[in-house]
Formats: sequence, C-alpha cells, structure tokens
Amino acid sequence: MTLLAFLFNLLEPAFRLGQRLLGLKRLGWLFVAPNLLVIGVFCLVPIVINVLYATTGGVNLLPSQRTFTGLENFQILFECRDYSDISTCRKDVFWRAIFNTLQFSVIQVALMVFFALLTALVLNRKIIGRGFWRGVFFYPVLLSPVVVALIWKWLLQRNGVFNATLIAFDWQPIEWLTQARPAFFWTVFVSIWAHMGFYTLILLAGLQAIPRDLYEAAAMDRASPWRTLMRVTLPLLMPNLVVVLVLAAIRAIQIFDEVFVLTGGGPGSATTFIVQFIYQTGFAEQIHLYGLAAAASLALAAFLVLLTLAQLRLTRADEMGAKGR
Amino acid sequence: MSVMTFLLRTRGTRRLHWTDVLCYLYLSLGVVVMFAPVLWLVMSSLKSEAALAQFPPTFLPYTQKSIIVPGNDKPLPLFSVTTDDGQHKVMAQVSRIGIMATLVDPAAPETRVKVNINQREPINELNFAWNNFKDLFDKFTFGTYLWNSVFITVVATALTLLFNSMAAFALSKYQFKGQKTVFLLIIATLMIPPTIILVPVFLVINQVGLLNSLWGVILPAVATPTGVFLLRQYMLTIPDELLEAARMDHASEWRIYWRIVLPLSAPALAVLAIFSVMWRWNDFLLPLIVLSKNESFTLQLALNSFQGELNTQWHYLLAMTVITLLPITLVFAFLQRHITTGIASAGVK
Repeated sequence: MTLLAFLFNLLEPAFRLGQRLLGLKRLGWLFVAPNLLVIGVFCLVPIVINVLYATTGGVNLLPSQRTFTGLENFQILFECRDYSDISTCRKDVFWRAIFNTLQFSVIQVALMVFFALLTALVLNRKIIGRGFWRGVFFYPVLLSPVVVALIWKWLLQRNGVFNATLIAFDWQPIEWLTQARPAFFWTVFVSIWAHMGFYTLILLAGLQAIPRDLYEAAAMDRASPWRTLMRVTLPLLMPNLVVVLVLAAIRAIQIFDEVFVLTGGGPGSATTFIVQFIYQTGFAEQIHLYGLAAAASLALAAFLVLLTLAQLRLTRADEMGAKGR
Repeated sequence: MSVMTFLLRTRGTRRLHWTDVLCYLYLSLGVVVMFAPVLWLVMSSLKSEAALAQFPPTFLPYTQKSIIVPGNDKPLPLFSVTTDDGQHKVMAQVSRIGIMATLVDPAAPETRVKVNINQREPINELNFAWNNFKDLFDKFTFGTYLWNSVFITVVATALTLLFNSMAAFALSKYQFKGQKTVFLLIIATLMIPPTIILVPVFLVINQVGLLNSLWGVILPAVATPTGVFLLRQYMLTIPDELLEAARMDHASEWRIYWRIVLPLSAPALAVLAIFSVMWRWNDFLLPLIVLSKNESFTLQLALNSFQGELNTQWHYLLAMTVITLLPITLVFAFLQRHITTGIASAGVK
C-alpha cells in the first residue's frame, strides 16, 4: 500500500504543473490523455492504415514502400471465372472461408440462442442451489480458447474416450477431427460449449427483471405454462434476445482461436473460417500478403457494420413497439 | 437416500411437479457436459506416458506394478497368473513372444514358467504422475512461459486500471470542451473487433520496436472501452460535494483522484480487475502475431505450438493445460458471484 502511495505521489508534481498550466477547465484532457493515446495509436491509426494496405500491393510491410494498386486486392479476392463454382475462383479458399463462416454462424447462433434460452428458463425456476447451477454453465466461458480446444482435442483424438466408448459398444471408431463433417460438427459444438454460459447469464438477468405480478395475473387467468411462456415471458424478453442474437452473431463470424487449435482449419479447408484466412494470408504463409489480408478484413468489417446497423434497427423498432403497446 | 430427499426438496410446501424432475435432469446433464471434459483432462494429466498409451483409457491413473527380480536389469511388470489347476499366483514377466509369455516367481527367480498370455492379468496400482508437472519446469523453458503470462497479466491489468480510471474520472467529474466527443470515441472502439485491424496493428507494433516484446502485447490492450464505461458509470454516482470539500482544503486534483475517487470506486475497479486478468491471461490472437520467438511465448502460445508438433507429448501437454486453466478456475471458484453479477449488469465479456 505504501508502495502504491509512493508511486501515485511520484506523479503528483506532473499533475500539479498540468493543473497550473491548463487550469481546472482543461485538466480533464490530461487525465484522458494516456487512454486516448493508446486508443489512437493502436486502434484509430490502424483503421486508416488498413485502407492503405488494402489498396496497395507487394510484400513490404512499410506503407511507403508499397505500390498503389487501387482495388486490385478486392478483385483478386472476389474474382471467379464461373460464379456458380467455387473452385474456379482465384482465391477459392477465401470463398470457402466465407461459406463456412456463414454456415457456421447460422447453425451455431441458432443452437446457441436456443440452448441459452432453455438453460436460462430452467435456471429462472424455483430450484435449489441456483448459484451453483449457474456457475456450472458459466465455468467454460472463463477458459481460454486454447485450453477449450485442447480439452476437446484430447477427448476426440483417435484413442480418446469417445472412441473407447464406441468400441466398448462394438461400434467402429470414428476419426472425429480429420473428417470434414464430424470436424465441422465439433467446431460448432465446442464453441457453443465454451460460450453458452455467457448468453445464458444475459438472458437470466432479463428473465429476472420481468415483474412477478405479470405471472400472478397469468395464473389468475388460468393461462397454461406454455401460453404464459409465449405471451408473457418471451415478448418481455425480446430486447435481451435481440442483444444476445446480435452479439452471438458478431462473435460467431469472428470465430478463430478455438477452431485454429482444434482442427487447424482442416481437414482441407472444411473448417477454415474468415479470420483464419486473414491470419494465414497476412502472417502464416511464406509470403506475407498484407494487402490481401487487409482487403479481406475490410470486407469482414463491412459485414459487421451491417450487422450492427441491423441490431440498432431492431432494437429501435422494438422500443417503438413497446411504446405503442 | 437422504441425499435424494435433499435434492428433491422444493422451496415451500409445493410438491415436486414432473417438470421439476425434468429440470433437475437437464441441470444434471449440464453438469456432466460442462465439467466432465475438464475433469477428464485433469485426471489424464496425472497419468504417466505409459498409462496414457493404454487403450481403453481408464478414469484413474493406473499403471502396472513392477518389481526388481535378481538377475534382471530392469524392473519387471507384475501379473496375476491363473495356473492350470485354477490357482492365482503373482509373477513377474521376463519376456513375451507371440501369445506365450515367460514369467518368474519373484520369490524363486530361478524357475521360469511359460504361459499363454490369456492366462495372465496385469496387476495395476494407482500411480499419480506428478512428474509430468515437475518435468515441465526441469526439461522445458516452461518457467519462462509462465512468467511471461503472469507478467503480461499483472502489468496490463495494473495499467488498465490506472488508464481507464483516469479517463473515467475526467469523463465523469469534469466538464470540458470535447468531452462528449472523447467519450463517444472511446465507446466507438467497442464496435471495432481487434481481428479486422490485425495487419496495421502489427505494423504499428513493429514500427515502435515492440515486436517480440511483452510490451507489444500489453500496450495495445490497456485502453479498454469496457473499463472506461464501467468505471465512468460508477464514478457518476460519487457525490461532487466530496470533491468540492477536498478542493476547499487545497487538495490538488491528482490527490482528489487517487485519495478520494479511486478508493470509492473500489467495487467497480474489482470487477474490471477480474475481467482484465481473464482477458489478458486468455489472449491468443494478438500474442500470436506479436510474439514469434520461443522465449517470449505466453502459456497460450506455448500450448498452441506444443500441440502442433508432429509427435505431441500428450503427458506434458496435458499437464501444461492444467496449469494454464488452474488460475482461472481458482479466480472463478472464489469470485463466481462477482463475475456473474458483473457480466449480467455490464453485459460484457
């Protein structure tokens, strides 16, 4: 504690000087300066540079040494000889990554929201030890993506416990992670396993904010539990559901870490998603194509902006609907 | 039975409805799905390399007992042999060719017996391979990875708390020109996922000479918009009269910040500290592109590169994974309530 006090006292003269020079009116700038500086250098400036990268070619890292190529990077990404067949595209992995990501997001978000809602509804009942159960579902959220992937990789490996169970029942063992379909299934399952608790928590908070007397009124009217759920609970939970839906979608589109460790994007490109494509083109392959990676991330950004706008639209429509009611 | 009656008891005098049973079934299934994989990992990490190679795998770390028999250099594995007359005998196996095994009685090492391998059962004993964990520190530069992870987590969290609270203080307790713009600017960065500015962030870190330096992972992460938002909302509830009183006593603004506002914001700071520790300890993508040298790896990167090797040494990898998930599990066990309420109220992760 004394060390902390000593450190804070060290900064005192600087701020006294600042206070004298700037005056109380502008001292606020001094306090936000460190935070703003970091945000500027590591977030705002990069946004601008990203556009520079996307419109220049070559393999140099320094923007000044790169040649301006206009929209060529985007052309390379999106060009196909025949748009009905992915394998004729110049960057077929990019297209595959897009399709994989879309497929993954739709399935994962739908299942995730369903199970999160189900779990939240169960946790919202009068049950013993709610804190414990809530904690159980939340625990995997805290684990790092790498750890999550390794836990499941260990279970799913050739001599793992899943195959041991299959063999115990006289079934054929399955190569869970080196066949396209099972691998895709497990990326969906593992990402739901790891993140469901977070969305459950948001929905649970929403459920607990619904006034009790509404349920009492429904019970007075002898509404069936199903009807109460459809007519009272779900409509009132709608704002939270929209938040969960959009948050889950934004995260699902950016899926990378768990899958990268679990399957490495394989087999082939069966579980290669868009962020992994960006990482590989920009950093992992022999020639670092920064321009192409930046162009792909701009495309991703545009998509995410659209999603966020959709969220704003939805929530606003919802608020207006609430006022109208 | 008392456990069952305890579990089946409901609040008040309400009788147990079939939907309650269904709920508890669902929750119990949830416990298995959520915890069993982690438990299996922890149990596996306590197995020796030989025990891990056994198929089918067992839950507890069993290894075969062995014994030193005079006349043999290596300890011999012990078997329980069913002799032809139906008796069981404990014997050590000297060699095995095809389906015939040669065994000796440890008490009488001279007489060798040949039996069919179906007649012998290995004798197993519980053996926790704590060496997996010890070897990590002796054989690998594991200590370095651990240190890197701890350093990044601690320093980044300290800086996050300092920078974010300073900004939050200015945004909640002062009125200055451009204040709203600054606040919106900080909040707007929430909208920008780190994945889409990967390339330019790499350039910036490279240009300031922080590539392969732990600071290259720390600095970009310390200005969290979530933290500023969380702290600002909390500081708004601190009455301005307290600050005015301190000003009357000629306290400098810096002193007001760290002597009055910071201690009063302790609950919000605690929530942010928990989040920050979680974020930084689990970080993967940024360290992956910034730290490429083995000696600057964090635990997460070490795990990743270790599992990618051709001959994955699972007994070490599992132990390493357990050490990586241990701190988070401890934090969770003790601070579960703070974390869950913090997330429910702020809606952040």
